Amino acid sequence: MPTKTYLEAIRDGIREEMQRDERVMILGEDVGAKGGVFGVTDGLQKEFGEWRVLDSPLAESCIVGVAIGAALNGMRPIAEIQFQDFILPAVDQIVSEAAKFRYRSNNDWNVPMVVRAPFGGGVHGALYHSQSIEAIFCHIPGLRVVVPSTPYDAKGMIVAALRDPDPVMYFEHKRAYRAVKGEVPDGEYTVPLDRAAVVREGADIAVFTYGMMVHTVLNAAERLVPDGFECEVVDLRALRPLDHDAIVASARKCGKVLIVQEANLAVSVSSEVAAIIAQDCFEHLDAPVMRLGGPEIPAMPFSPPLEQFYLVTPDKVETSLRELAAY
Amino acid sequence: MAISETDTRGQAGLDAETLRALYRHMLRSRLLDERLWALNRQGRAPFWISGMGHEAVQVAFGMNLRPGYDWVAPYYRDLGLTLVLGMTPKDHLLSALARADDPNSGGRQMPAHYGCHRLNIITTGSPVGTQLLHAAGAALAARMRGEDSVAFTSMGEGGSSEGDFHEALNFAAIHKLAVVFVVENNGFAISVPWDKQMPTPDVADRAQAYGIPGVVVDGEDPMACFRVARDTIARARSGEGPVLVEAKVLRLTSHSSDDDQRRYRSAEVLEAEKLRDCLSRFRVTLEELGVLSAGDADEMRAELVLELDRATDEAEAAALPEPESALRHVLADGDGT
Repeated sequence: MPTKTYLEAIRDGIREEMQRDERVMILGEDVGAKGGVFGVTDGLQKEFGEWRVLDSPLAESCIVGVAIGAALNGMRPIAEIQFQDFILPAVDQIVSEAAKFRYRSNNDWNVPMVVRAPFGGGVHGALYHSQSIEAIFCHIPGLRVVVPSTPYDAKGMIVAALRDPDPVMYFEHKRAYRAVKGEVPDGEYTVPLDRAAVVREGADIAVFTYGMMVHTVLNAAERLVPDGFECEVVDLRALRPLDHDAIVASARKCGKVLIVQEANLAVSVSSEVAAIIAQDCFEHLDAPVMRLGGPEIPAMPFSPPLEQFYLVTPDKVETSLRELAAY
Repeated sequence: MAISETDTRGQAGLDAETLRALYRHMLRSRLLDERLWALNRQGRAPFWISGMGHEAVQVAFGMNLRPGYDWVAPYYRDLGLTLVLGMTPKDHLLSALARADDPNSGGRQMPAHYGCHRLNIITTGSPVGTQLLHAAGAALAARMRGEDSVAFTSMGEGGSSEGDFHEALNFAAIHKLAVVFVVENNGFAISVPWDKQMPTPDVADRAQAYGIPGVVVDGEDPMACFRVARDTIARARSGEGPVLVEAKVLRLTSHSSDDDQRRYRSAEVLEAEKLRDCLSRFRVTLEELGVLSAGDADEMRAELVLELDRATDEAEAAALPEPESALRHVLADGDGT
């Protein structure tokens, strides 16, 4: 099986689906000749033409609003937002419009659209090229929110997203683009948009995480093995709807829970996972649910020591895991 | 009944049948609108937001669109437009009474949030101006497939202050998309007058910035509206790109049933505006032209009131939604957890 980067896997998924389905198109800033600022759409305009890989004006509401209209009229658009940090001008179109079309029309209309955006820090992107604001969308009924962490899932989930009849927010960790490699089958497959994955089995501590943090957590989990602790690592993948059953199963199995994310903790994905566990696993817990994430500051600063201070590292995860193990 | 080629009243090119249809559609919208106000004031409908005074331009554009083929992204005053395209008084009565069978939303949205997939009327929410981009996107898809459908979208002059106004005109103009943007400028965004909304009197002037035609039309003149609608839709359909039409209309009612415009508009002005009402003036014009005989308009009214009475009875007898049905249709599988 070929080994691909996370970025190549996303591109492969898009390209193959564009070959199979002529309704699939991409709209976004710099997606054409440049191939996107990270290169995800590199070569696609050459293969599929200027209409299907369309450079948009620098206007995020336009990108999503036009994608909605195209979706209504038979297309399967990808609206690419260059950085998740810049998605906010499009929030009215995403939250007030796309997310509510099916509901407000009593199932008469739906919006089969994918919004892609890179998120996350650790790339010297400072306040406005490092944010993890996916929780904003996780609050919104009518949206699906997914974050793949591996090349295999990245390809399978972008294909599934393009076939889903509802708006899917597909967030890509920008540090994973080239840092994460893995086996990706050639040809067609999909990965469900509502299922978590147990990426490491263990019975001592259940760790729930997503995105780049999956790799950080896996690294830290190995450090506890010599001391006889086996962590179960659950890659949430689907942030809305969350895979309730998978969360409950691993939490009950281990009795100790750590939730790790790059975003700051208040009113976040980790809050919701912790609430599910508090409600449905209380009698199975052997320790308080622990959370690890970014500090409550507006965003990730630029200077390296400040950036490092913000980031969740394997060392920080290890510390939390040892604290839980000792409880 | 024939109309003279040399008549100076501006009806040239419109035959008597078209003119009668124009009047009948306007009257049908007005009567329904009045009924919805009455239901509100009687406490039977919690809310209404009116299109009175806007009928001429709405009906003119509706009559020139191809229902179910062209794309329509309307706004909340477009009652008359939806009726011409094929929605019915009963549809909107079901909506105003929040009944389960309301085709716009199944009783989920406030009334005047129009939508009907069968007729390509895109469901509308309450945020102002968002629909303009949906029209541009629908036109983009049509363009990519080489179809000659037109996307119509409308707003008030207040809507033209939203950022999406610029983003939609800009995008449609860049790609020469077949979008007809219509501003129904009634001079007020709730209570804010046009001169606190924009620095120049004509929204249509902004078309120049996008390199597209901007047209101002008297929105109380149905025949002028009809010609502008016919010509701009034909132009868009032929691939010449978008156009921005501004119809100067009257808002003959308060903003909505929850507003009282006497708090911010003088009684004299409101009285004077009634004399400029497109509907009563059009009747006089058509009777002078001999398109309508003395009894025609009354007969038409009686027939439409009959339709309306029946529709009102049926809508009031229709069932309310089941409470638990509120959980349905969040996502395709019906499960939004």
